[in-house]
Amino acid sequence: MKDVDSVVIRFSGDSGDGMQLTGTQFSNTVSRYGADVSTFPDFPSEIRAPQGTIAGVSGFQVNFGSTEILTPGDAPDILVAMNPAALKANCKDLKEGGLILINTDAFDKKNLMKAGYKDNPLEGDDLNNYRPIKVDMTARTLAATKHLGIESRFRARCKNFFALGVTFHMFDLPPDYCISWIEKKFKTSPLIVQANICALNAGREFATTVETLVPKKLVPADITPGHYRQVNGNIATALGLMQAAEASDLKLFLGSYPITPATDILHELSKYKEFEVITFQAEDEIAGICSAIGASFAGALGITTTSGPGLALKGEAIGLATIYEIPLVIVNVQRGGPSTGLPTKTEQSDLNQALYGRNGECPVVVIAASRPSDCFHMAYEAARITLEHMTPVILLTDGLIANGAEPWKIPDFTKEYTKIKTKLVDKECQTGDCKFMPYERDPETLVRKWTVPGMKGYEHRIGGLEKQDVVGSVSHNPLNHQVMTDLRQKKVDLVANNIPLQEVVGEQTGDLLVVSWGGSYGANVTAVKEVQKQGKKVSLAHLRYINPMPKNFHDLLKGFKKILVPELNMGQLKDLLNTKFQCGARGYNKVQGLPFKVSEVIDAINKELGTI
Amino acid sequence: MNDKPQYRKKDFISDQEVRWCPGCGDYAILSAVQMAMAEIGKPRDQIVFVSGIGCSSRFPYYMNTYGMHTIHGRAIPIASGVKLQNEDLSVWIATGDGDALSIGGNHFIHALRRNMNLNIILFNNEIYGLTKGQYSPLSKKGSVTKSTPYGSLDRPFNSAALPLGSGSTFFARTIDTDPKHLKEMVIAADAHEGTSIIEVFQNCVIYTNKLHDAYTNRLTRDDNTLRLEHGKPMIFGKNKNKGLICSALTPQVVTIGENGVTEADLLVHDVTANNNASMLSSLKFPEFPIPLGVYRQVEEPVYDDDLVSQIQDVVKEKGRGDMQKLLDSGDTWEIK
Repeated sequence: MKDVDSVVIRFSGDSGDGMQLTGTQFSNTVSRYGADVSTFPDFPSEIRAPQGTIAGVSGFQVNFGSTEILTPGDAPDILVAMNPAALKANCKDLKEGGLILINTDAFDKKNLMKAGYKDNPLEGDDLNNYRPIKVDMTARTLAATKHLGIESRFRARCKNFFALGVTFHMFDLPPDYCISWIEKKFKTSPLIVQANICALNAGREFATTVETLVPKKLVPADITPGHYRQVNGNIATALGLMQAAEASDLKLFLGSYPITPATDILHELSKYKEFEVITFQAEDEIAGICSAIGASFAGALGITTTSGPGLALKGEAIGLATIYEIPLVIVNVQRGGPSTGLPTKTEQSDLNQALYGRNGECPVVVIAASRPSDCFHMAYEAARITLEHMTPVILLTDGLIANGAEPWKIPDFTKEYTKIKTKLVDKECQTGDCKFMPYERDPETLVRKWTVPGMKGYEHRIGGLEKQDVVGSVSHNPLNHQVMTDLRQKKVDLVANNIPLQEVVGEQTGDLLVVSWGGSYGANVTAVKEVQKQGKKVSLAHLRYINPMPKNFHDLLKGFKKILVPELNMGQLKDLLNTKFQCGARGYNKVQGLPFKVSEVIDAINKELGTI
Repeated sequence: MNDKPQYRKKDFISDQEVRWCPGCGDYAILSAVQMAMAEIGKPRDQIVFVSGIGCSSRFPYYMNTYGMHTIHGRAIPIASGVKLQNEDLSVWIATGDGDALSIGGNHFIHALRRNMNLNIILFNNEIYGLTKGQYSPLSKKGSVTKSTPYGSLDRPFNSAALPLGSGSTFFARTIDTDPKHLKEMVIAADAHEGTSIIEVFQNCVIYTNKLHDAYTNRLTRDDNTLRLEHGKPMIFGKNKNKGLICSALTPQVVTIGENGVTEADLLVHDVTANNNASMLSSLKFPEFPIPLGVYRQVEEPVYDDDLVSQIQDVVKEKGRGDMQKLLDSGDTWEIK
């Protein structure tokens, strides 16, 4: 039995083949047996694209191993192909010599035609560079479940568990966890439970008969001891916001409108009525954010979640929250754009929109999560900052980390994420008329107080019209507008005093500093560590706080000869750095709806080093 | 039981200088609302006025309550958020025909469908005043305005049929020249559980002056309006001698005492009858009088009540949530 550092496996099949489920079961199982894991679901934007076609192929990639795993992996070592379309769509990505587990039963004339194959690839030379394992999965699944006496079309559906069984054998994984999951999932239909378990076991048994499939032993990764669960970024975002509501003793109010890939945050939050979470599915994106603004004015932690096109619609309302100076969290799960663009594919091209996409001088705090589990932390941070600074915060995540999952060490809430102190006035007005000045500010932070309807004596009116400094009544005075514009900017700048300093992976000085942000953290940090191993003087500064930036950030840039900014856009952070710091940063950019491969970033780093 | 604050109208007047044009109908509406608020007697800190953009949307600045002047068309969703966060609040929306029915049209119909406990005062002057005179979704076809020098081509909404068709549970109409009736409608809207709409025919002295004159001025309005009262026959006219009957499903104006018509033949107003409200909304002036008062008031489930009880039920069944317990439970594992 050979040990294994890390392996990339991609499950692929028709949208109806259950590949997302199979991939999830595989990754949950390997995490339980000590592997570090990162996953990447890749599915079409249609719910059921035409069966058997390339457009209908659904994939789920799992990178796992005994080292720290930060990306879903570049090229798969193993491909599971449940039909010809899956083979055709994914074969080219596979490493040379990679293993392909093929369901031969799906390779009939009709499916071959739908996938665009003239000849059956299983019969020609097409797969010569790979190691195909051809299995009649459907037939074997049917045989293994025949005794259950249920209709064959139900039994045939279990073939994904047959494939899963084969992969379990390949890494010597026990089936116990998966079996108990099946028992729970299908508890209302005992025969389906049996069918799936039989298929799983049949797959495992079949694998033992294949000589070329020598199981590899998975050595547990060096993971901090503790209690873990698997999270994707959207779930982590929802949980982080909920913990922030608990820590600030506020009701969480989400006003949202369904949009891919952000909707799962709405789904997740709508489950938790026992936390008194209010989710309001509004009639449109604008109503989503406006209801959150109303709730915030009335004393809730007001939140809206969306993706790029939705953020565009919310622009005017973000301006309103900015001039009101009330708390508001806007989560933007980025996807490919412009317009409808690539709804299910990842991109980081909304940074400019988040920073600038509003009328007037309208600064907001912009922060970004780096990986699925970091979404919890950054969602909490978004809420903390908005509540402590009374100004809207945009949290950027993206399709890759929103749908991608990884193990997450569950925080101990007696020690972390314990308390957020809001700006709510804590005293009832005794006289019944407190002459409340809505825009009176804390001299150090420039933050105003938060009084909400129901508080006696603090009745006041606020509006989107420019307001008189301190007093808050409408003012068209020219100098006052300058004062208020400056104050709103300064207030956001001062948030820098309340965020952590920028951390660096590697030395504080050197030849090249890679500056990255958002969900491409995994590929960037893995690439930087790789070139560091080769002795190169390269460091990484991954920005999570983008506006304002950490106070030490400018100085950091000065310690390096060159600055490289890899981003899944055409150079938005790079342009910002050059505008702010004139640091001559160069971009490495890609917009193909796909995350960076580690190898791509390594090449970009080496190319940049070559110019020194 | 005298813990209700004793308010007078002046308690609801804010320190802001009112800046509508001299003679604008908005003054009368503001005054009637302030009187109504004093009479209703809800504590000032429990009241929130929300508006969008337009002349009428300056309203919240002038009310000594909590208030939000927001962005064009969005008063309703913002007010919805206020209400859902704190269902004890009395939430009012001041909006114009452009704000509510054009840019905010989507929010308007969906609010009526949901039936939250909100109160909408719709100022109808058939014009965009604050942008200096463009036709609105209520302007009659052919209206000559700054943006339609050769007459507007749009057909207007029927401002009563639109809310009724969207499921409105309370629709009332009133006029800016009758503060007593206006105040009564505000009090009735406040008492209604669900979304209430009061449409006020309001005079814009600058762009559509005297547009509503025939049915709002003291001399002619009695002949041109029908005052609706639940359970009462539909009689109108200065001499109380005209009425409405329905013949072969078609409404008809009749004179009592002519052709053998007696009061007993007249239609009787029923705020709970859908057909009745729908018939009233179809009456076209001047062939028919304009009905004033409550067209429809029915009890339907109220969104915010349902939201509160859904949450209470789940908390009761599952116990108040605990984040640590939530995360520690389910699909988790231990790394040693």
